[in-house]
Amino acid sequence: MIDTLLKSLRTALWFMFLTFPILAVRIDSLKNAVTVRWPAVIILGAVIFLISVLWHTAGLVKRSWFFRFDGFKQFIQRLPDQDALSPFMIRTTLGAAAVFMISLPFFASSYQTNVMINALLYVMLGLGLNIVVGLAGLLDLGYVAFYAVGAYLYALLNLHLGIGFWIALPMGAALAAFFGILLGIPVLRLKGDYLAIVTLGFGEIIRLILENWDRVFKGPSGISHISRPSLFGIGIMESSVHHAIIYMYYIVVVLVLSTFFFVSRLKHSRIGRALLALKEDEIACQAMGIDKMKTKLTAFALGATWAGMAGVIFAAKTTFINPASFTFMESAIILSIVVIGGMGSIPGVVLGAFFLVLLPEYFRELGDYRMLVFGGAMILVMVFKPRGLLENTKPTVTYVSQQTGPDTP
Amino acid sequence: MLELRGINTYYGKIHALRDVSLSVQEGEIIALIGSNGAGKTTTLMSVSGIIPPSSGEILFKGRAIHDSSPEAIVRLGIAHVPEGRRIFPFLTVMENLSLGAFLRKDRQNIKKDLDTVFDLFPILKNRKDQPGGNLSGGEQQMLAISRAFMARPGLLLLDEPSLGLAPLVIKQIFEIITELNTTKGTTLLLVEQNANLALKTAHRAYVIENGCITLTGKGRELLVHDDVRKAYLGL
Repeated sequence: MIDTLLKSLRTALWFMFLTFPILAVRIDSLKNAVTVRWPAVIILGAVIFLISVLWHTAGLVKRSWFFRFDGFKQFIQRLPDQDALSPFMIRTTLGAAAVFMISLPFFASSYQTNVMINALLYVMLGLGLNIVVGLAGLLDLGYVAFYAVGAYLYALLNLHLGIGFWIALPMGAALAAFFGILLGIPVLRLKGDYLAIVTLGFGEIIRLILENWDRVFKGPSGISHISRPSLFGIGIMESSVHHAIIYMYYIVVVLVLSTFFFVSRLKHSRIGRALLALKEDEIACQAMGIDKMKTKLTAFALGATWAGMAGVIFAAKTTFINPASFTFMESAIILSIVVIGGMGSIPGVVLGAFFLVLLPEYFRELGDYRMLVFGGAMILVMVFKPRGLLENTKPTVTYVSQQTGPDTP
Repeated sequence: MLELRGINTYYGKIHALRDVSLSVQEGEIIALIGSNGAGKTTTLMSVSGIIPPSSGEILFKGRAIHDSSPEAIVRLGIAHVPEGRRIFPFLTVMENLSLGAFLRKDRQNIKKDLDTVFDLFPILKNRKDQPGGNLSGGEQQMLAISRAFMARPGLLLLDEPSLGLAPLVIKQIFEIITELNTTKGTTLLLVEQNANLALKTAHRAYVIENGCITLTGKGRELLVHDDVRKAYLGL
């Protein structure tokens, strides 16, 4: 007990010391004086001390009152693994989700629909990055670059040539895939941290080019008046923003569904298994006859394809883009979606995207504290569920015996 | 079936293999023995194309393969069980096995081979849906051999199948190796530190020292060879 108290005291003192410059010291530039807010420091110290004591005693009396009432932990840990769900539960949940998603624009406001479009865009981005990070295990911190490629491709084509959304969509996907391969080639030999740094650099290069090559990309002021998608070549959507949003919403829903379909097929395909194997052991992969280069490039290209499409949609949705939408923070959020959701797991990524997009959105009431809540929630998920909200545990092949007779030898 | 002629392989500046020449006839079990760092593993890596040799020739069934990519070599019928087993720990036994048959398209035969594997190693069938990492060392070695067998290779390269295993398990593994050779007609190139067992199992053997082949002969002959006894059998 004394130990715990001393430890907590030390923690509290450290916190007070570390936060002193930002919390306590106040510079009054009018009176030219520096004041120190001691009460704030002491309150902080006391709070940290209490939390620390609670934390440590909870560790001592595990599964006693503290843990039984710790609803969040229970909630998180009860989230079942994918294969533990019964088919009935899965079907019911999926059915309810489908009804909800399809009917949403009829009862929700434009704002709500727009938020949902945003969440779905991140689902697409998450699923795309999931191919690279979750399946192939290639840590990509510059994923947003491909998103930017798609968005700028549509914006520029629309600006100069008046090309519409539906033509730009496959072009954005193709160009992003090309950029994926372009990034993939030099980094084929890199792994882990090194790969992460190079991809981070790549993301920044793309953003800096967009920002500084103003003659082509219009610099920080961005490109505005991008056309919204047309319906069978008719631009009626320009008339009402509300209708345009609803139309956009259904486009995104359809694209997300096709992404689901594609990614789940990919996961259970030969290439998908090769990607999973590549994540675990490159030499063993080579010994199996898996072409390392081709497989890695496929992963980069496929991942980028979805970012490119999401980029085109983003440009069409907001009708205005500038480099500020494609900062490293975006890459970090998309990566967090994949990691928090559960690497390699499709429902996990969906959950992660909703969690990370909707939580900050609906906690706007909390003002400045919403980022604190957001960060805290992320930490809690990672502490209690380190492999993500929905772990990826489902095997991709099952055995069917050729021989007749009992299955067990 | 396989012939190495004057192979030189480098790791950066380190000259790992110096003019290594050896041959493997169809249906043989060949052992390659030597101490740590002699170049045993490198020899196998060079054959399977994972670390391509910088000079020399490797012929497989009369075709030069020293410039081929690892996947082309697997396609020709050489499967490699890498050192330390290197199974995929987070993939299930079934997924591991199906990756062994990665380049094959003949589904019916793959299923038959799967049954063969499960007959050889019934324990793998019991554990087919468990992650490879949950298997014991011996089971992992069985899985690694089975995975390579799933490629239906003409030539199987086995790198230290006895590494870190209990004597009883080693015995079992070597029985299976012999069975693969006699009943399935698989030619084997076996790298081992356990010289005693390797020489007893192999038809012929090569001794490698500091990247050079120093001795060759029938397995049983080398077993009683004075130099081999002193250096590798500790007698």
